[in-house]
Amino acid sequence: MNVERGGAWHPLVELALARLREFVREPEAMFWAFIFPILMSVTLAIAFPGGGSKPVLVAIESGTGADRVREALQHAPGVTIRDVGAGNEARALREGDIHLLVIPTTPPTYRFDPVRDESRVARLVVDDALKHAAGRTEPWAAREDPVQLPGSRYVDWLIPGIVGLNIMGTSMWGIGFAIVQSRMRKLLKRLVASPMLKREYLLAQVGGRLVLLAPEAGVPLLFGVWVLGLPLRGSIAATSMVCLVGALAFGGIGLLLASRARTFEAISGLMNLTMVPMWVLSGVFFSSSNFPQAVQPLIHALPLTALVDALRSVVLDGAGLAAVSRELAILAGWGLGGFAIALRIFRWT
Amino acid sequence: MTGINCTNLIKRYGDVVAVDRLSFQVGRGECFGLLGPNGAGKTTTIEILEGLLEPDAGEVQILGMTWRGHDRELRQRIGVQLQETQLAEKLTVEETLRLFRSFYHRGRTIDELLGLVELESKRRSWVGKLSGGQRQRLAVACALAGDPDLLFLDEPTTGLDPQSRRQLWQLLAQFRSQGGTVLLTTHYMDEAETLCDRVAIVDHGKVMAEGSPRQLIATLGAPRVVTHQGTLEDVFVALTGRHLRDE
Repeated sequence: MNVERGGAWHPLVELALARLREFVREPEAMFWAFIFPILMSVTLAIAFPGGGSKPVLVAIESGTGADRVREALQHAPGVTIRDVGAGNEARALREGDIHLLVIPTTPPTYRFDPVRDESRVARLVVDDALKHAAGRTEPWAAREDPVQLPGSRYVDWLIPGIVGLNIMGTSMWGIGFAIVQSRMRKLLKRLVASPMLKREYLLAQVGGRLVLLAPEAGVPLLFGVWVLGLPLRGSIAATSMVCLVGALAFGGIGLLLASRARTFEAISGLMNLTMVPMWVLSGVFFSSSNFPQAVQPLIHALPLTALVDALRSVVLDGAGLAAVSRELAILAGWGLGGFAIALRIFRWT
Repeated sequence: MTGINCTNLIKRYGDVVAVDRLSFQVGRGECFGLLGPNGAGKTTTIEILEGLLEPDAGEVQILGMTWRGHDRELRQRIGVQLQETQLAEKLTVEETLRLFRSFYHRGRTIDELLGLVELESKRRSWVGKLSGGQRQRLAVACALAGDPDLLFLDEPTTGLDPQSRRQLWQLLAQFRSQGGTVLLTTHYMDEAETLCDRVAIVDHGKVMAEGSPRQLIATLGAPRVVTHQGTLEDVFVALTGRHLRDE
């Protein structure tokens, strides 16, 4: 009990507690914070199974010679034949239901989209199988040495990305919506009519959420470790520190986005405008090196890129904090910058 | 020393002049009422006095200080209840009071505040579950958290049942008995007659008349008061007209 404040704690603590209480009393918010990342990880784990290579999906157009092609491909390793029905081939190719269509001409014709990696693989596998069936003599039968290192699978690479995505999403939505709601309810106006310090209010909005960071980042991470066999090579301390700095960065950005918005529509628009480009650019689902060299500096300055890169270094490569200091500095810059600008331009009334 | 001293306040919103050279004084320990139809400029005026709005022109002194340069000190010494504030629905009554109490260096304990507004039994109820009267009492308790010298109340009893109104009146009487100063706005003339030492009737951002309720009623003159005892409501309607004011 604090006698000076009539039984209340320091305003920073009371503000952060209020923030936290409102959040945990909102069941929907809990869903997005904890259940959503697990569902996402499970879905991705099913979509990208760890062991073995995926078969290539092939359809054969009907016509003379189709049976011969089918005969040859039926027993070829790594090939699955799909019957899509006459006239549906173009649609099946577009939807990814098949990777390649074989037209039984002599020699055979392959119809596929060369932009898709799996279609290019399908072309090689199918061509190899058909040539072998046609009686090609093989110069050698190479030995294969398949690598199954934990930590090198797609799903291992993906999970730190999902953790980063979850930290970004929960920090920004949580802070943004709560502030806009308080503004719409004129609660902010009532608070600035009291002796509350504005910076303490903004700090508490970010700080109140940090308590939730442990489950928000920990749940998908532990799910990865226990269920999907993700190797956690870095120290718990370094991993936590990266998550913490990441949450502070997105907290600052969340404050900035919410600093003027007066409606849920406005804040949703701003949030999506900020987050959707990072979903694509920051290398969560596929490597950001796919983008042109010219935009790489921009991509690496994005907070989500910095967070995901730092998490991957720590979790997958066992890097220490010194090795990711550049990423941490970028994150701190976003957090502090967002906070400072928000404090200046914040709309209280 | 005066509680409130405002001179020639002007506030424009685009072409609309919400407050038009408005002046009045409130002495320490006095209860002063701003009366006026919807859109008369009462809320704009009270928010300027509370330091939430910047006037386009005019001077404001609160407890002998200006807002510029004394913001921190003044905020510790005034209590505010705003017309539209909805407190966080998912915090309990006690949590809400703790939050507001934490901002003040001095003041009552949480238990005293709960007792003052008779919300002890609702201590652990969510604000969202309270009735209108209970919410309003909580809002007043938040305004009283720092044991203020000056209390601003913007339509504190609008929409309340008679019991809740009277309970708030009692609370204000108690606050004043300890030397507190009150500025309130209201639509209810009986409320103004009961609570206020002096009132100003405001319309179109100007003070139309100012004085004690009794003085204002007396200015109506004898001929108007034939069927019933003159009331402040008669004064109000005489000054602001009979047409409806839809916002």
